[in-house]
Amino acid sequence: MNAYFGRRYMLSASHRLHSDALSAEENRSAYGKCNNPHGHGHNYAVEVLVGGPVDAETGMVVDLAALDEVVRTRVTARFDHTNLNLDPLFANRVPTTENLCREVFGLLKGAMPAGKVEYVRVEETENNFFEFRGE
Amino acid sequence: MIFLTRRATFSASHYYWNESWTAEKNQQVFGRCANRNGHGHNYTVEVTVAGEPDPVTGFVVDLKWLKDVIEHEVLAAYDHRHLNLEVPEFAASKLMPTTENIAISAWKRLEPAIALAGGAKLTRVRIYETPEIFAEFRGEA
Repeated sequence: MNAYFGRRYMLSASHRLHSDALSAEENRSAYGKCNNPHGHGHNYAVEVLVGGPVDAETGMVVDLAALDEVVRTRVTARFDHTNLNLDPLFANRVPTTENLCREVFGLLKGAMPAGKVEYVRVEETENNFFEFRGE
Repeated sequence: MIFLTRRATFSASHYYWNESWTAEKNQQVFGRCANRNGHGHNYTVEVTVAGEPDPVTGFVVDLKWLKDVIEHEVLAAYDHRHLNLEVPEFAASKLMPTTENIAISAWKRLEPAIALAGGAKLTRVRIYETPEIFAEFRGEA
């Protein structure tokens, strides 16, 4: 039977929303205080939902410890306590939470110990979050 | 179509153990969850049903009715129980009480009562084992 297993992870990082394609004035207009020159930070919550058949022997879609290890090595270790703007993934892309969500999905897709990534949700604050389903 | 979700909580204990494996393999695969004295969680169950709002009441389903269904079908069986020892679908090692299997089992308990009432259809059961660990079942084969 097909089911889904979900897990939440925390990471803290800084970013500055700024596009080189826009003028200083356009950047301020588009991003407001998120464009402040020295950046700012968030405690991000990353929620990963993995779908697949429930293994008859373990009763699991995916082993929790194995999933944690993949997310730790590919996502948390990479972004936690870093400046997102300096990550090569954001060299030519504004580190909005939409884009972070897509990049996290890309880093995890194909790396699952079992099942496949149904969605990646990134919560930037308690009041806004973004979800990518690979569409 | 409106999706309506009702949340409830229950507390239960469980352990993971596959009888067809050696003790060593159980320890290796399930770690601390294989402790035979069990351990417990405060579970949260989210039940989502979908349907059109009734033209007169404006309800997809009566929330009090859905609350009662969850209480009768799920909480009465699971709350303050040892899942491996006291709940029929898991007892005698029939099924491992993982979060995934609890979601599937809760679905099987809820679905007939919700279908019988007509109207809204059960679309999702999500079980939180902790705020950071959850599983869901959508009725897929």
